[in-house]
Amino acid sequence: MPAIEILGLEKTYMVGFWRKRPKRALHPLHLTVEEGEIFGFLGPNGAGKTTTLKLMMGLVFPTGGTARILGQEWTDPEVKAQIGFLPEQPYFYDYLTAHELLDYYGQLSGVPGKERKPKIEQMLRRVGLHDVKGVQLRKFSKGMLQRVGIAQAILHDPKLVFFDEPMSGLDPLGRREVRDLMEQLKHEGKTVFFSTHILSDAEALCDRVAIIHKGELRGVGAVEELTSAVQGKVEVIWQGTQIPASMKALGAECHTTGDTIRAVIPESQQDAAIDALRRERMRLIAITPLRTSLEAYFVEKLQHSQTTAGVSK
Amino acid sequence: MSARIIHIASNTFREAVRDRVLYNLIAFALLLSGAAIFVGQISIDIERLVVVNLGLSAVSLFGVVIAIFIGIGLVSKEIEKRTLYTVLSRPVRRWEFIVGKFFGLAGTLVVNTFFMGIGVFGALLYVAHKFSSGDAQILTALYFIILQFLIICSLALLFSSFSSPLLSAIFAFALFVIGSFSDDLRGFAYLTHGIAHWIATGAAYLVPNFSALNVISAVAHEQGIGGQLILQNTVYALFYSAMALSGAVLIFERRNLK
Repeated sequence: MPAIEILGLEKTYMVGFWRKRPKRALHPLHLTVEEGEIFGFLGPNGAGKTTTLKLMMGLVFPTGGTARILGQEWTDPEVKAQIGFLPEQPYFYDYLTAHELLDYYGQLSGVPGKERKPKIEQMLRRVGLHDVKGVQLRKFSKGMLQRVGIAQAILHDPKLVFFDEPMSGLDPLGRREVRDLMEQLKHEGKTVFFSTHILSDAEALCDRVAIIHKGELRGVGAVEELTSAVQGKVEVIWQGTQIPASMKALGAECHTTGDTIRAVIPESQQDAAIDALRRERMRLIAITPLRTSLEAYFVEKLQHSQTTAGVSK
Repeated sequence: MSARIIHIASNTFREAVRDRVLYNLIAFALLLSGAAIFVGQISIDIERLVVVNLGLSAVSLFGVVIAIFIGIGLVSKEIEKRTLYTVLSRPVRRWEFIVGKFFGLAGTLVVNTFFMGIGVFGALLYVAHKFSSGDAQILTALYFIILQFLIICSLALLFSSFSSPLLSAIFAFALFVIGSFSDDLRGFAYLTHGIAHWIATGAAYLVPNFSALNVISAVAHEQGIGGQLILQNTVYALFYSAMALSGAVLIFERRNLK
């Protein structure tokens, strides 16, 4: 059973003074997220990522389409007991302490009274906020609020977690911790759906990603598939400071850094390159197929969509 | 009542307490003790009348201001600050949120009125040195004031569910003023004819009848309040609040939280 099935959800806002001008925030979206995967929802700012998440959370109502979450109708409030949500740049009741806030959210999510206190302690430790007892949230930094936001999203042990830009506002260490936490959630069997425009995070974490731009889905697939060796080239790295003539003869583009040389050659020349290095008695360090980075794929999809839009105009 | 409504109501109450809303009690206490000392020195035989009038009017005015200014922000502030997102992404129905907010604010005002009521009785004891049997009617007046608050809270919530805080405050305050003169509006409707009569009659029944809920003067003059009026006012206030609250729920159920 898929964790999320989005079946043509779309959203059009009516804008202007008389609310007569339609503005499409999301074109009909079809997307399936399998249980237990980390799914990245990528797109530039204003692409429709947050709109999609708000639709899933029932915060805005769709113009059309439907969705299923964990096999149930997504509008069923009881489904929400099994999901966690971290909004973008979360803001909480700043007159509460982190403990009080989590207690309140635990109550609303139906966490039994006896379990709440130990769970809150455990959750705050997990997000690195174990020493903030008695401090009101109004005194928290942006990064600390983001951690509280993550804690409230997973407090009730949901099966599916939605994170909207979870790394925003975090320092490099905090980002690393969040990445680790998302991996832990995956190991616990949970499904993680997160939106981001930071591609390195998606590349490092996601099993699959979808790319959305101007409210339209531009591509979806496993990260390995999207970044597969489409170029038909390999990267050869060896120890040395001199580029052998035999390598130059293979048409290699060579770059020297310190005492290593990196060359990019056609895949068909791979064996010849290894032979050449062996003849020259040079130490081969690595030979890897060149992959398109997720960033390159992302940029290509966006440029393609802009070109298509330009042609259609 | 669902447990979630109780949790939302207690959090709303806690917010009011932490935002120092109950500090108004200090201003009230200062006003009332000052008035009691002053009245004790300048009035002869009408100390009770003045203290009851002033005390209950202050209870009403302080409460109305709190009801409007907290009520108008109950929903709009949550949307603006996006605190609502993490509440409605849980198994919380939108109507539960509205009803919980209503009870939270109503609870705050009941607690506030309770302490102010103690203040009124304290001031009365100071100027009259003893309680009389007619003083029990002060409790009825306080009860009617609480009924007024319920109506104002529900109206503030109704406006807050679709309008900006400033407009909501203007609407709620305007309705409070018009509602306080609803008897005059009914009298005006009686004197008019044709379309004007229908419009004035409709308006008179649409605006909350705060005139009927205001028995401060009668209580100050130690006039009795009939059981029938208590029953009528209770039914009226609960019905009016329920209608306004239903309107708020209907609007909020369809609102996109952009």
